[in-house]
Amino acid sequence: MGNVCTLSAVELCQALRKGEVSSRALTRAYLERIDALEPKLQAFLTLTPDLALQQADLADQVLFEWRKDTARLLPPLTGLPIVIKDLLCQRGVRTTCGSRILENFIPPYSATAVQRLLDAGVVTLGKTNTDEFAMGSSTENSAYQITRNPWNLTRVPGGSSGGSAAAVASAMAPLALGTDTGGSVRQPAAFCGVTGLKPTYGRVPRYGLIAYGSSLDSVGVLARSAADAAMLFQHMAGYDPLDASAMDVPVPRYSLQDKRDMRGLRIGVPEQYFITGIQHEVEQAVRNAITAMQGLGAEVVEISLPHTKYALPVYYLIAPAEASANLARYDGVRFGLRVDDPNMTALTRKSRGAGFGPEVKRRIMLGTYALSAGYYDAYYGQAQKVRTLIKQDFEKAFEQVDVIAAPVTPSTAFKIGEHNEDPLAMYLEDVFTLPANLAGVPGLAFPVGFDGEGLPIGMQLMGRHFDEQTLLQAAHTYQLFTDWHTRRPEF
Amino acid sequence: MNYLADIGLEVHAELATRSKMFCACPVVDPALAQPNQAVCPVCLGLPGTLPVVNQQAVEFGLRVALALDCTIAPVSIFARKNYFYPDLPKGYQISQYEEPLAEHGILPIRTPQGVRNIRIRRVHLEEDTGKLTHVLADGEAYSLVDLNRAGVPLLEIVSEPDLHTVEEVRVYAESLRSLLCTLGVNSGDMEKGAIRFEANVSIRPAGSSDLGTRVEIKNLNSFKAMERAVAYQIGQQARLLDAGKAVEQETLGWDADREVTYSQRSKEEAHDYRYFPEPDLPPLGVEAAQVERIRQNLPELPFALQERLIQQYGISAEEAHLLSVDGNLANYFESCVRLAEDMPARIVLNWITGEVFAWMNQTGESIQQIKVPPEALIGLLNEVQQKIVNLNTAKSIMSEMLQSGQTAQVIIQQKGLQQVTDSNLIAAMVKEVLAAHPDEVKAYLDGKETLANWLFGQVMRRAGGKADPHMIRTELESQLKNMTKNTLRREGEK
Repeated sequence: MGNVCTLSAVELCQALRKGEVSSRALTRAYLERIDALEPKLQAFLTLTPDLALQQADLADQVLFEWRKDTARLLPPLTGLPIVIKDLLCQRGVRTTCGSRILENFIPPYSATAVQRLLDAGVVTLGKTNTDEFAMGSSTENSAYQITRNPWNLTRVPGGSSGGSAAAVASAMAPLALGTDTGGSVRQPAAFCGVTGLKPTYGRVPRYGLIAYGSSLDSVGVLARSAADAAMLFQHMAGYDPLDASAMDVPVPRYSLQDKRDMRGLRIGVPEQYFITGIQHEVEQAVRNAITAMQGLGAEVVEISLPHTKYALPVYYLIAPAEASANLARYDGVRFGLRVDDPNMTALTRKSRGAGFGPEVKRRIMLGTYALSAGYYDAYYGQAQKVRTLIKQDFEKAFEQVDVIAAPVTPSTAFKIGEHNEDPLAMYLEDVFTLPANLAGVPGLAFPVGFDGEGLPIGMQLMGRHFDEQTLLQAAHTYQLFTDWHTRRPEF
Repeated sequence: MNYLADIGLEVHAELATRSKMFCACPVVDPALAQPNQAVCPVCLGLPGTLPVVNQQAVEFGLRVALALDCTIAPVSIFARKNYFYPDLPKGYQISQYEEPLAEHGILPIRTPQGVRNIRIRRVHLEEDTGKLTHVLADGEAYSLVDLNRAGVPLLEIVSEPDLHTVEEVRVYAESLRSLLCTLGVNSGDMEKGAIRFEANVSIRPAGSSDLGTRVEIKNLNSFKAMERAVAYQIGQQARLLDAGKAVEQETLGWDADREVTYSQRSKEEAHDYRYFPEPDLPPLGVEAAQVERIRQNLPELPFALQERLIQQYGISAEEAHLLSVDGNLANYFESCVRLAEDMPARIVLNWITGEVFAWMNQTGESIQQIKVPPEALIGLLNEVQQKIVNLNTAKSIMSEMLQSGQTAQVIIQQKGLQQVTDSNLIAAMVKEVLAAHPDEVKAYLDGKETLANWLFGQVMRRAGGKADPHMIRTELESQLKNMTKNTLRREGEK
């Protein structure tokens, strides 16, 4: 079998089914690799080896029975290890959101996405590091540890799903769950050279995803390829009676064809995403990828998304506003950190003061301000109006094209500590990923090259609402012809 | 100076749904449930949980809105109302703000001065908070949090400041309560907090058309508290204005023990609730067909019912009001009347407002719970009408019926309560009584006519209370008259 950790998730599922590898062996292999690499990468906040081995043994049992009678129903991902961003609840497993305030929070329920994957038979290795409450683009805002970029340990892995991206890039897991509110799956995917899917808002239920910006949050996938991402995504998507924003839109079978051309696909290239200040190598790699797709028969159309420049200010009003309410429940009364005080108000103040980090406090204040009497219309209200214009940009564009191609980030992974003194510079990292969240459209990031320092470069395709299929198929075809996604950092 | 008060009421009514507003937890009786028994991750506000709208609550809300003749919003918006309090698990209450479920309604009320149409500003859905109990034990003060009530559906019904007197405030509140009960959306149980009030009160010099500065009185949990608090504030504001002082806009509480309002928050300290649309819930769409279906199925509403009762049975407005407080009461009354078409409705009504009401007040039973169905009450009244029992006996039979659930016929049989209507027997008893009390008879004949009643009582006592009183009276009168004649004759003979 060689090193099982280098196989794709699709291959692993086949190997498990055929009995070429047991889930226990696979799980042990990953746990051993985590043991070896984790001290350098710091990607996990909680590891659950005992639980994983238990799940693996059960999976092996199920596989054994199934092999005796393949007419039986086999949960499709039986025995496949995954890791979960620590913003998603898993029943009985500590879920911290990268925050001190939830240091000891053990949810009595699993997120719908997690539960669906458990039902599909996955083995869960642990919970990955995140910026506190997903507020950040480098995972440096975690209250616990700084995760390193596997390609260069002095660089950030991106964020906020930095732990998940680093884990997949370093093959500590074949697949990971992330969440994306303003780019938190796609940006770390780009920084770590993996494939990251942010589905349409409402495609994967949010139940059990600990809320940051409720109208923007989505549960996504980090994987080594579009095909792997599609396989996991298949089992997360769909209506959920526990989430009123999860839409009842039929989930297609995400069966990616090994199509070797892109004829009929119209790719929109928005001028607003190729601005001055963007790292030259990034622009070049993305343009090369677009040219390659054109060479495969895709039609490339110059388009305009005129309100793109407003996405950043709009996002930084709406997301913090929602966060300011979402984070009000951490009051030290029922769960999470409590700093005791005989006075009720003081108890809440002290608990929140001690439990939240500086970036969370900053966004709570921003959001509270944006919603305050006398400022609401000028800030939150205005932001909602502009958000509508941004949505309309996309609607108009998708009358012309099937997908929109753009860089994921203006530059490759920056240095740890580089933006410490300047939160605004950090916010600018999200400039190309925010619009998809504001419009609710799906986005898929995948590697299209490396810069001079050997850091991965990502490109994203954005699609119509609920049309993840087209994005996944386009990236898959691209990945049939390229090997960027198969390259691995060396340790 | 003379002032006119302008009072608006905000009524919070718990909706009698099976489950909570945004989760599947059951709505439990606060008197019976253990604290924190009916809670789940959603109503506890645990991280990652999401609300889902209870469609039954929407249906109930629409029922009320339509009964109040409101305009239903085809799309309404849930909003977050942000504030910290330990009884509010999420740190915000899901309510409706800018686009409520319904607006612009009317509730007609019947006051001694006539019918008034009180305008309803809005009707919206929201969730209730939990309950804090403040404890002082062993010198230590602490608060207990019970979240059974957190997330129970509430309907907030806001009136315009169209009420001008405490009397109108009471009638409005009672009318709304009976409307909610008639619609089957609220238990009407004020003691358990099923309906709660907030009043905003201002006064202006009579003749002025500008509303005065208003205060808001919160947490009024009974009709009595509401009436007293409003009356107190009207007086208080009049004293301020008379003294040349201004009314301060503020939020007040009501101290039921001392019967005074006290300041909770001044205008400057007013909460900024930072309302914004609830991102976890899509706009609430209501189909025209659903509205139509609910409208078609509305029961007869209390005001229309009163109107009809007055017309149909010739009863007073006050009596009609009493009967319409609970739709089941009117139903009981009308069932009785239908069962006894030849009996005046007035007789039936007197029994209901008399014996039945007294029993319900005494035991707390509702009209549906009492053991005397309309058939049984009419059965009893028939016995009276046929002179099988007299009125006094009937009342004690009724009391027994209410207790045991036996029919009048059975009780009469078992206890031999049949009225004596044998005229010979009655004549004999009268004769015996007159013979046994010659002194009293003499006194009567000498002009002390009040003794007639005493003699009547003696005969009734001899008859074990079961004789037809009318027959006794007739017989007594006739025998006494004869004795008068005889005496006169004898005196004439002398």
